[in-house]
Amino acid sequence: MKIDLTINTDLATEILTAFIKSETTRAGFQKVVVGLSGGIDSALSCVLAVQALGPQNVLAVRMPYRTSSPDSLEHAQMIIDQFGVQTLTIPITAMADGLINAFPEMSNQRKGNIMARCRMIVLFDQSSAFNGLVVGTSNKTEILLGYSTMYGDSASAFNPIGDLYKTQVRQLSTALHIPDVIIQKAPSADLWANQTDEGELGFTYAEVDKLLYLLVDERYTPEECVEAGFEKSFVENVVNRIRCFHFKRMLPPIAKLGSRTIGYDFLYLRDWGT
Amino acid sequence: MKMHLGIAQIETKLGVVDANLQKHLDFIGKAHQAGVDLLMFPELSLTGYVLQDLVPAVAHHPNSSDPVFKELFKASQQMDLLVGFVEEDERNRFYIADAYLSQGKLVHIHRKVYLPTYGLFDEGRFFALGDNTQAFNTRFVRSGVLICEDFWHVAPPYLLWLDGADLLLFTSASPGRGLTEAPQLSTSMWVESINRAYASIFTSFVAHCNRVGFEDGLHFWGGSTVYDPDGNCLAKAPYDQEAFLTVELDLNQLHRTRARLPLLRDERTALVQRELNRILSNEHSNCGK
Repeated sequence: MKIDLTINTDLATEILTAFIKSETTRAGFQKVVVGLSGGIDSALSCVLAVQALGPQNVLAVRMPYRTSSPDSLEHAQMIIDQFGVQTLTIPITAMADGLINAFPEMSNQRKGNIMARCRMIVLFDQSSAFNGLVVGTSNKTEILLGYSTMYGDSASAFNPIGDLYKTQVRQLSTALHIPDVIIQKAPSADLWANQTDEGELGFTYAEVDKLLYLLVDERYTPEECVEAGFEKSFVENVVNRIRCFHFKRMLPPIAKLGSRTIGYDFLYLRDWGT
Repeated sequence: MKMHLGIAQIETKLGVVDANLQKHLDFIGKAHQAGVDLLMFPELSLTGYVLQDLVPAVAHHPNSSDPVFKELFKASQQMDLLVGFVEEDERNRFYIADAYLSQGKLVHIHRKVYLPTYGLFDEGRFFALGDNTQAFNTRFVRSGVLICEDFWHVAPPYLLWLDGADLLLFTSASPGRGLTEAPQLSTSMWVESINRAYASIFTSFVAHCNRVGFEDGLHFWGGSTVYDPDGNCLAKAPYDQEAFLTVELDLNQLHRTRARLPLLRDERTALVQRELNRILSNEHSNCGK
């Protein structure tokens, strides 16, 4: 069967830039801060923010760690140069190593989480310094698969690209003239040498996006996905990931004691009063 | 006879009735300059849409002692108005409602009959169900009002048609969804196709006023439309932008269309009633009894 994730990029751009403008100004801000990793997701969030608010109102922050690939810095610089945003480079090596060096046997995963959370600290500090909101850079694929660090790369004030699958992020990035070298390179969290998303996950984004689209958007059962031609073990793995990592998509549950409790029966949108 | 219909495709502030009222008065001023006879506002135009626990705090009563309606009654001396609000009844139930005001008086209230409570919608949790779908006379043409989900069910427009409405006034706060390769969202395609279909099969005017703006991540797409009794699109507002649309309705088109296509004349209401009675009397039927 044909599963078509193609989007109308003009319409997507129009809606997402209006969203960025609305969420920024209604919160009382004119500016935003984006952590620019050199990868495609943060490049897209950054470019959408430029279109919404103008380059002078976008601060792109590069936050290399000592093991980060030099390509990452260079690719981030390409976006900075091409779109003329404000920029800062704040290495996180000293702050991350302050903790990492205390545990010589620390796993790569722990180190990676520390780096992601150090970057979050830098971004929210710059949020205060630059008087801008932190724009999210997580796409729908990684949010559904739980492929992120809680309170790290998943932390933001709002997220314009969280309802776009990676495949769609690539399509929109092409339309917005993000350099091909950034779109084509293997996606990586760049937390350690030669790490790639697809290597860690065990499948490609192109494959999993089609499956997620059926499971989530089209409400197919896992059995129907197998009938549609997906490998049973692949479907089970993905269904399991979605469920296991649901906690990453939630605020921490609060134990209910009173007659009105935040999260259950104290219900207001964030845009309340604006 | 001709009437000038105005559509105020506005953005609202969530839960800030005073600011929204001011915007209504601004658009009424513009419409007055343009010689509008009836100005429509979208669903919940005085309050915003995803109100949740704000519902009791933004409710109003459509009478002249209510500070918000006092202003609107005054403005309705200039032109007829259709405004969206949260209505609290005498026993403190809350409704999504539209009020039709004319010459300083309340002509009609429509309380939303179908409250979507599925997917991204949660209206049934916060609102009471309206109980009536009735047409009413205006200074220009007998009309009927429906709110969003009401016109996704075929019965309310059908009942208004049989009750004499020749102008169907549809209001909505429709969150956009369904981004595909097409240049418009699936939501707008669905809504436009059903409104056009209603205009054609009921040989009536159908005016739809939708809102724009964002509430958190929800995006309201605008694209308000007016169709004539032949299903022709007389006017269409842009997507995603506040807009003030005016359109002249030539009410004689009803005569011409129905002379060509006498669907109303040939409607078999007694047959519908007989069949509905049969279906409803079947104890095994599960059709919304």
